[in-house]
Amino acid sequence: MNNILVADAVTKQYGDHVALHKVSLEIPKNSIYGLLGPNGAGKTTLIRIINQITYPDQGRIFFDGQPLLPHHISLIGYLPEERGLYKSMKVGEQVLYLAQLKGLSKSEAKERLNFWFDRFEIGDWWNKKIQELSKGMAQKIQFIVTVLHKPKLLIFDEPFSGFDPINASIIKDEILKLKEDGTSIIFSTHRMESVEELCEYIALIHKSEKILDGKLSDIKKAYKNNSFEVGLELANGAFPLNDLKSKFTLTKINHSPLENQLDFTVKLPTNDTGSFLGYLATLGNINHFKENIPTANEIFIYNVQSSDNE
Amino acid sequence: MSKLGLIIRREYFAKVRNKSFVIMTFLSPILMVGMVVLIAFLTKVNDSEKRVIGVLNESDYLQNDFLSTEKTSFVNFKGIDLETAKDSTLKMGFYGLVYIPDETDLELVANRSFFYTKEAPSTSILDKLESIFQTRLRQKRLQDLGVSTEDFATVDGNYEMNTATFSGQQNIKGINEIKAFIGGGFGYLIMMFIIIYGGFVMRSVIEEKTSRIIEVIISSVKPFQLMLGKIIGTSLAGVTQFAIWIVSASLLLLVVTFIFDIDPSGLTSNPALPGGGMANMAQLPSGNETMQIYAQELFKIPWGMLICFFVIYFILGYLIYSSIYAAIGAAVDNETDTQQFIFPIILPLMLAIYVGFFSVFGNPHGSIAVAFSLFPLTSPIVMLMRLPGGIGEGGVPVWQLITSIALLIITFIGIVWLAAKIYRVGILMYGKKPSYKELFKWLKY
Repeated sequence: MNNILVADAVTKQYGDHVALHKVSLEIPKNSIYGLLGPNGAGKTTLIRIINQITYPDQGRIFFDGQPLLPHHISLIGYLPEERGLYKSMKVGEQVLYLAQLKGLSKSEAKERLNFWFDRFEIGDWWNKKIQELSKGMAQKIQFIVTVLHKPKLLIFDEPFSGFDPINASIIKDEILKLKEDGTSIIFSTHRMESVEELCEYIALIHKSEKILDGKLSDIKKAYKNNSFEVGLELANGAFPLNDLKSKFTLTKINHSPLENQLDFTVKLPTNDTGSFLGYLATLGNINHFKENIPTANEIFIYNVQSSDNE
Repeated sequence: MSKLGLIIRREYFAKVRNKSFVIMTFLSPILMVGMVVLIAFLTKVNDSEKRVIGVLNESDYLQNDFLSTEKTSFVNFKGIDLETAKDSTLKMGFYGLVYIPDETDLELVANRSFFYTKEAPSTSILDKLESIFQTRLRQKRLQDLGVSTEDFATVDGNYEMNTATFSGQQNIKGINEIKAFIGGGFGYLIMMFIIIYGGFVMRSVIEEKTSRIIEVIISSVKPFQLMLGKIIGTSLAGVTQFAIWIVSASLLLLVVTFIFDIDPSGLTSNPALPGGGMANMAQLPSGNETMQIYAQELFKIPWGMLICFFVIYFILGYLIYSSIYAAIGAAVDNETDTQQFIFPIILPLMLAIYVGFFSVFGNPHGSIAVAFSLFPLTSPIVMLMRLPGGIGEGGVPVWQLITSIALLIITFIGIVWLAAKIYRVGILMYGKKPSYKELFKWLKY
């Protein structure tokens, strides 16, 4: 089995509200899988089903090839979006408690906790209460709680909220390190720049249904629309703009006559760039030519809007 | 350690180490004993206040009837007129002046007598004076009918009805009340425990919601485990607190009694305490003998059975109510929103206590008492008030006891199941206060 988790036509209803409608996913092992979607799309419901906090009305979930069972809880680490810790409990005690609930023995939990405290250089926090820590500090503890029991599957729901940029990048590096160590990671977020940075695979959930999934690079290829950015240094006296306009669809045209520079974005009918470049070469010096690959953000917005328009 | 064990341990220590909990635990006995001492002291002061009443008796009647007692003493004026007597009464700071004019007939004397006071006289004094006149009047009227003074003394003797059960056991008056007080004490304990520690359970659930740790925990354990662990952990903390209270309060009371030399029997005559009835009974004419019978009766109360049923009703009743508290905590976001839900659960508790004190005390096996001792939300309190009377003949019929416990167990299962459902959904709902209708909807999720 190459998938750590498979969801097969999962449906969940709350009263009259359908939270998930026949959502199927395959999450490959040892990858970072982005679970995307607008607010209220059903991401959290899906994540809660994976964590066995709620149960699907229909459909099945497989964990590492087996039907999902209660004992799998100790193999999953979950960092919820709505997260917190007991405010009046001491850091060390609290992490040990939560680790033991995940099935670790006390001594083992202590050992691993010492490792993480050294790694984050926060050894002196052991006897502090959570309410004495800043929000970012508490988030670090929360991260440790999530990964301490070395789960096979980690689920992060908006992991970077509450972190300043420096700590966010520390956590990002830790996530990448965990992936290198063989952990599979589900990553739910609205922040598309971190999706671009981290995710190999994505699934887009909108209005309780999955509308897109696959490898991010494949999806991007599929959403390419033969759009290119062009920079042209025009030969003296040449004024090809009208000619270009009549032959191709141009946007973002920027002509500076003094420097004889013409910049524009063109949408070609096919991906045959050779003949287009040949034609351009007759007009002057090409100093810039780049294919526009859609960002995850663009794909996200495009899909959500087009499914809204249906 | 199992997950449930871990949760119970955490809840217990989180509660026991809590500063306000520690302070309450050690301050309460001091406050309680302090209160008792204060009441005893004030009662003493009040009792030692002596009232002096002047008597100006110009008649030939009632010459030796105004006898001084511990709290009231009479001073006879002789050979002065009313105005002078009034003046001297005022001057000497007496409480009042009884004026008895010289008339030919006791009836007339009584009719024309006056009691002068600065302010309206206290009813206890008035009663006392009236009874002095009344005794003489009755004697005189009976004499007019031809009854001699000696006969009057015999006629005036008290009468008390003898009572027994059908099996011939002798009943003693007041024993029902004493028994009900003992049961009432147990019932009251259950109510206090539910209200105090049910509230703790609720606040603990709300804390988990507001601190947003709930989802972290729920991804490791079942919501039901968490709820149960919370209820058990909190109640163990409660039992610890109660034990500390009882031990330290009795120690303190002992010390205080020793230091201030307060008569402990004076304290127990407070009718709210089970021993109170006994102290009152002891004042009956045949003091010692009756005391012994009462002591025997108290020994006859099946204490083992009583404590056994106390534990059963306590555990079931507490679990029912505290799981409702937990569900309420899960349904709301902050404590101010809890009021509308708490009132309906306090209601049966209050009802049980009031029905207990007003109905069960008077008639432990009347239809109201039976109904409320079967109804599961009130039975833990009301049944315990009935049980000291025994089981079977003369006590609670066996079928009632069995029905009551069976209903309680069924309710327990039903309520815990419902509460767990509301809890499971509620802990993950943020932001809005649900209506009853929404709570009902959650049951179907």
